[in-house]
Amino acid sequence: MSGNELRPSSRLRRGAHRTLTGLHPVFESVIAGTVGLLVGAILMYMYGFDPWRAYFALIKGAFGGSYELSSSLARATPLILTALTFSICLRAGMFNIGAEGQMYMGGIASILIAYFVLPRGLHHIVGLLFAALAGAAWGIVPAILKVTRGVSEVISTIMFNWIARWSALYIAIFLIADPLRPERTLSIPVTARFPILVRGTDLSYSIFVAVAFALVIYFVLWHTAIGYEVRAAGLNPTAARYGGIRNKRTMFLAFILGGMGAGLAGASVTMGQPPTYAIFGGGSLTQLLNLGFDGMAVAMVGRNHPIGILFAALFFGGLNAGGRVMQFYGSNPVPLEMVRVVMGAIVLAMSIPELIRLFPMAKAKGEQFIAALKRSTKRGERGESA
Amino acid sequence: MSFTDILSLLRITLHAMVPLALTAVGEIVGETAGLFNIGLEGILLLSAFAGALGAEAGGPALGLLVGMGVGAVVSFLFAIINTYWKGTQMVTGIGINLFAMGFVAFGLIQLGAPGFHDVPSSVEVIKWRTGMGSMSPLIIVALVMPFLIHWFLKRTRAGLMLKAAGEMPEAADVAGININRIRIMAAVFGGILAGLGGAYMSVAWLGLVTKGLSAGRGFISLACVVFSGLNPLLALLGAFIFGFFQALAEWVKTLPNKTIPGEFVSMLPYIVTLLVVSGAIGRVRFPKALGVPYKRE
Repeated sequence: MSGNELRPSSRLRRGAHRTLTGLHPVFESVIAGTVGLLVGAILMYMYGFDPWRAYFALIKGAFGGSYELSSSLARATPLILTALTFSICLRAGMFNIGAEGQMYMGGIASILIAYFVLPRGLHHIVGLLFAALAGAAWGIVPAILKVTRGVSEVISTIMFNWIARWSALYIAIFLIADPLRPERTLSIPVTARFPILVRGTDLSYSIFVAVAFALVIYFVLWHTAIGYEVRAAGLNPTAARYGGIRNKRTMFLAFILGGMGAGLAGASVTMGQPPTYAIFGGGSLTQLLNLGFDGMAVAMVGRNHPIGILFAALFFGGLNAGGRVMQFYGSNPVPLEMVRVVMGAIVLAMSIPELIRLFPMAKAKGEQFIAALKRSTKRGERGESA
Repeated sequence: MSFTDILSLLRITLHAMVPLALTAVGEIVGETAGLFNIGLEGILLLSAFAGALGAEAGGPALGLLVGMGVGAVVSFLFAIINTYWKGTQMVTGIGINLFAMGFVAFGLIQLGAPGFHDVPSSVEVIKWRTGMGSMSPLIIVALVMPFLIHWFLKRTRAGLMLKAAGEMPEAADVAGININRIRIMAAVFGGILAGLGGAYMSVAWLGLVTKGLSAGRGFISLACVVFSGLNPLLALLGAFIFGFFQALAEWVKTLPNKTIPGEFVSMLPYIVTLLVVSGAIGRVRFPKALGVPYKRE
C-alpha cells in the first residue's frame, strides 16, 4: 500500500504499528525476563525443586504486600544507581564494568563522615558528596588511562574493581574499624542516617536520592547540549568528531557521572540501610558485594534508559527480596543464588538484538523443514531415490 | 630468601601460569577471528565446577574432558549469539559471568557445604615427582600450546583464514570463507582451552571448588591477550609474569612476620596487570573487525 492513499482505517493501523514499534524495547525486555525465569525454572526442576511453588514464593515475597514491596524498593535503590553508571558510559560508547569498585569506594568514603559532627541535613549532604566524589575519583582513572595510553576501559575497570575490593577491605579492617566491634566499620552517626520511609521496613529516604539521580541523568543526557554530545559520541565517534564534538571531554564526563552514581550507590547502603549503617569488613564487604555487577543486568533490562532502569531495578530488587523469602519457603527452599542464575540468563537473552524475530525465524525454518520432509516422503512414496 | 624458596616460588608460578596461559592462548585464537569473549571468567568457573564433578564420577581424565566439554558448549552458545544472531559480545560475556557466579554457588549448596567443595585427592590428576617438588603434567601442555598456536596462526592456511575473518570479513567472504562458521570454530576452540584451564584448577592444582575460584583469572587472561597483541608466545610470557605475582602474593602471606598487609599483596597482580597493559599499549594493533558481527551487505 502506498503512502498517498491512506484511508483513516489504515492510518489508524499505522499509528498502532508505530506505537508497537515504540514499545519494541519493552517487549524485548519482557521476553528476556521470561527466558531468564524459564531457564531458572528448568534448572530448579533438574535439581528436584518445584519451580511453580518457588516462583510463587518469590513473587509473594517481592510484591505481595506493602512490607514486601518496600523491601523490594529498598533492594532496588542501590541497583538504580549502579545501573546508571553502566548506562551513562554505554550511551557514551564505553563499557564501564567498574561500578563495583567505584561503589566500594563510595561506601568507604561515606563512612568517613562518622568523624564529623554536623547538623542533620548538612551531614547527609556531606556524606553524599564524599561518596560521589570518591566514586568519581575512582572512575576517572580508567578514563585517563584510555585517553592517554589507549588502555581498553573493559580491562582497566575490571582491574580497578579488584584493587578497590582489597583497598576497601584494608581500610575497613585497619583504618576505620569500630573499636568496640572490629569486624565492622564505624557506624554512620544518627544525624547522617536517612530516615525510614515505611515504618518496620528497611526502605529509607535514600530511594529519593536514587530516583532524583536518575531524573538528573535523564535531563542531562536528553535535554542539554553536552548530553547530546555524549550520546552522539557514543552512537558514532567518528561522525561526532567531524561534527566538532570533543570525544575526550564526553568520555571524561561519562566516567565522572557514572562514578558519582556508583559512589552514591555505596552511600545509599551505608547511610540508608538499617540496621547497622556500617560495612562489615571481615573477609568480604557483605552488604555491598555484587551490587555493581547486578547493576549491569538492571541497565541492560532497562535498555540503558534512566526511566527504564527505574522499572528494571524494581524487578531485580523484587527478585532479590523475593529470593530471600523463597530460600526459606517450607519444604521447597531454593537457594538465593538461583536469583543470580536467572539474572545471568536474562542478560544473555538481552544480548540477542533480534530476540523477537527469532520466533518467526524459528517458525519459518520449521515450516521449511516440514515442507522438505513432506517432499522427501512423497518422493519416497513414488519410489524415486532421493 | 634461600634457594629452596626460589625453587618453590618458581614451582607455584608455573602452576599458577597454566590456567592463564591456556585461557589467553584460546582467547587469542577467538580474537584473531573477531570474537572478544569477556565471559572467560565464567567459563573458567563453570568448567572448574563441572570438571570436579566429572573427576568424581569417572576419574581425572574424565574430569578434564568434562571441563573442556563445558567450555566448548558455553563458547558455542556465545559464538552462535554473536555470529548468526548478531548479538553484542560484551553483553553476552557479562551474562555468562553472572550466570556462572550464580550457578556454581547454587550447585555448591546442592552438593552440601555452601561455597566450598573438596575434590578427593584420589581422583586428582597425578603429579610428577621432580627435583623441584611435585609438578602437574599439564604445565607441559601450557608450555607447548602457545608454540603450536603460534605455528598454526602464522604458518597454516587455516590460520590465515582465521586472520582474514577478523581483519576483513568482507574480503574473506568474497574469497569463499564462511565467516560465521570459522568464527564459531575459533571460539569453540578457545572455549575448550579455557575449559581445560578451569578443570585444571579444580582437578589438577588446587583440589577444591569455591564460588570464587576463578578469582579474576579470566580477566587477567584477557589482560595477557591485550599485553601480547595477539602473539601467543608473548601471551605465555604474560601468563608467567602474572602467575609469578600470584605466587608471590601466596608466598608473602606465609611469611611469619607480617611486614606487608595481605590485602596489598593480593592487590599486586592486578596493579601489575594495569601497569603492564598501560605500558604495552600503543604498539599493539587488534583485528579491525574485532567485536563487530558480520553482516552481508
